[in-house]
Amino acid sequence: MKLSKRIFAGLATASLAVTVTACGGSDSSGNFDDTVTVGILHSLSGTMAISESTLVDTEKMAIEEINAAGGVTVDGKSYKIEYIVEDGASDWPTFAEKSKKLIDQDGVPVVFGGWTSASRKAMLPVYESKDAFLYYPIQYEAQECSNNIFYTGATPNQQSEPATDFMYKRSPAAGGDFFLVGSDYVFPRTSNTITKAQVKQLGGKVVGEDYLPLGNTEVAPIISKIKVALPDGGIIVNTLNGDQNVAFFKQIQDAGITPSNGYYVMNYSIAEEEISTIGPEFLEGHYGAWNYMMSIDTPASKKFAKSFKKRWGSDRVVADPQESAYNMVYLWKQAVEDAGTFDDNAVREALVGQTFDAPQGPVEVMANHHLSQTVRIGEINSEGGFTILEETGVVEPQAWNQKHPSSKGFACDWTDPKKGEKYRM
Amino acid sequence: MQLFLESLFNGVAIGSVLLVAALGLAIVFGLMGVINLAHGELMMLGAYSTYITQLIFKQVSFLKPFYDSYVIVAIGIAFLVSGTVGILLERTVIRRLYGSPLETLLATWGVSLILQQFVRSVPLAYASGLVIALFFGLFSPLFISDDLLHGAKGKLIRASTWGFSALLGVATGGILSSLVSKLSRASARNVDVTAPSWMRGGIDFVGITFPKTRLLIILITLISVLIVIFFLDKTAWGIRIRAVTQNRPMSDCLGISTETVDIITFGIGSGLAGVAGVAVSLLGSVGPNVGGNYIVGCFMVVVLGGVGNLLGTILASFSIGIMTDLIGAGRLLTIWPEMPSPLYSTIDFFATTSMARVMIFALIVIFLQFRPTGMFPQKGRMVES
Repeated sequence: MKLSKRIFAGLATASLAVTVTACGGSDSSGNFDDTVTVGILHSLSGTMAISESTLVDTEKMAIEEINAAGGVTVDGKSYKIEYIVEDGASDWPTFAEKSKKLIDQDGVPVVFGGWTSASRKAMLPVYESKDAFLYYPIQYEAQECSNNIFYTGATPNQQSEPATDFMYKRSPAAGGDFFLVGSDYVFPRTSNTITKAQVKQLGGKVVGEDYLPLGNTEVAPIISKIKVALPDGGIIVNTLNGDQNVAFFKQIQDAGITPSNGYYVMNYSIAEEEISTIGPEFLEGHYGAWNYMMSIDTPASKKFAKSFKKRWGSDRVVADPQESAYNMVYLWKQAVEDAGTFDDNAVREALVGQTFDAPQGPVEVMANHHLSQTVRIGEINSEGGFTILEETGVVEPQAWNQKHPSSKGFACDWTDPKKGEKYRM
Repeated sequence: MQLFLESLFNGVAIGSVLLVAALGLAIVFGLMGVINLAHGELMMLGAYSTYITQLIFKQVSFLKPFYDSYVIVAIGIAFLVSGTVGILLERTVIRRLYGSPLETLLATWGVSLILQQFVRSVPLAYASGLVIALFFGLFSPLFISDDLLHGAKGKLIRASTWGFSALLGVATGGILSSLVSKLSRASARNVDVTAPSWMRGGIDFVGITFPKTRLLIILITLISVLIVIFFLDKTAWGIRIRAVTQNRPMSDCLGISTETVDIITFGIGSGLAGVAGVAVSLLGSVGPNVGGNYIVGCFMVVVLGGVGNLLGTILASFSIGIMTDLIGAGRLLTIWPEMPSPLYSTIDFFATTSMARVMIFALIVIFLQFRPTGMFPQKGRMVES
């Protein structure tokens, strides 16, 4: 008797501990009929941790908001969302491992995760083979359309194409020649292939391109090349990654490649977070293109920034990747409620056509599992934000880019079983 | 002519970053034969020292008027910080592993991982406190007369200097963290060193812009090289170091304290890594991995130049620098635009930063096939070989 009592007490403590861990972070209390546990999978250690941890913060905030508003209602029952956070450790195979763990062991209905294209490519086979569902929040090079991934970041036609158009037609360097700089991996190379095709269509000229190996910060040869190729100023399209930007902007300024000398840099990887690290004094007068910018002057945008600062500290900023992460949690919630079940296949069907009043404005899930969204061009100002210069209407996503030679004429449609991943339009 | 000058300047600029980074390694690896994979992390500590110095100059009111000169102060501080950590590394790890290069390689690689994680997870204020405690703990016995350091009383005195140093370290950590809030929290984020305004921008001369930071780095490199050459050639300790390099047992027999020589050599080599850290911090951002990016280049320079030869290291880094600019920036194409088209397309193919690196590595490998001991091999027979 004594023994069984002890075992019972031990079990009770253990289960209490489990409940406490599982509830970690969600502090809302309310009356729920049940709970549902979702997976969050980003790098919390290693080189990508700096960027990816901001997404974890945003996703936690979105989940807390939903719980505070009554949770997810499925079939008349209200569910509280709980989450398990796994660390991808900036190591791509780890992302695949942890995905398997979340799906098989924890049985989560959905995983929010990833940042780099390499991590997504590593996870993709796992989700396809297990027919599970991954929500991926980052602007990326597209040329991919999986039935098991839902992409809430921009495709190139929702970022680089309007940006190239702006630079060539309406920027102070309009009509000038282009020089393309990027880190040496898949996103910059694909993005620049598209930019080259587009510049050619516009009647402009790309006079040079160069890629810096990841980790290398010696940009002197690139600067020499820019000066030879663009002696009197021009347009530089920059897809460098992370801290390589710091080296690049510090050194081009010293070398006289500045807006006042007629050189304008359009950036695809620099958001508010990066501006504050690089320093606005190096970036002022250059441009960026995103779907969301913190300076958007709408109540939804202000509320998003305000609640994030309230939850995580007044010195924090919100940027485009975080907004995408925020949207995907809400879109999943809506789809689950419409489907009336957590079952993957039903949710997937319910997801297409969902609309959401995002901080950037209305977004809609399209048949190719990407979002239609607004594109904004901003000039970087001395306060470390963007002064928004242009806003397109809502742009539909192209999973297969129409300017890239390998995917021209193709599209993706998961609502029609005959079309699927890649069909000729 | 203008093109030639510009290319030369760029080559020298790239080369001097390599040289200042490799100079410490040339001493540690070249003279002592220690493969120190933590050399990059000693550079990283130098870069962080620059960052901390900059913040202190920005925050402390009586230092503010001198903000413009913080870089010069940072060079000294970085030398001391990296030198101290280097000496600690030598005393605790490397000393036990002399003569076993593979174990040294693995152990120092481990140390490099520890140092990287250390700056990620320890607030910089307390990290500086720790370095200060180590500095005074290691060096204060030098200033106490030898008689006091013997016997039971000596032990007590030694212990009390360590206690005093620890207190000093804790106090520094506390003061720094309350003074500069940015240093009071641990962060894995990369940080930035902003050059003072007189160092920003460039100097226009004969139609070429010379970036001021590059000029400063060339100057730092030049001065470091001159000091090292002077030290090794003219001072008593420099001569002792060279004697130990050439024949350790014989130097020992002749009454040179090889242990002290090891400490000094390693300390200077590490300190120079710190100076390199200052230079590197002016070019890019400062993060836990900043040094790791340079380590391969450093070894390449030392091996290409010939292990144990300073002149070789200097020539090797400048030739790699000039080659990087010639190939990577596609200079040959501008110099000779009418070259035959197969040659043109080959050179054009290599005229990107990634491919230029491949090309330079390939050329070095080919060169080492013919001169396995580098440009300037050691003359005469070494005792070890």
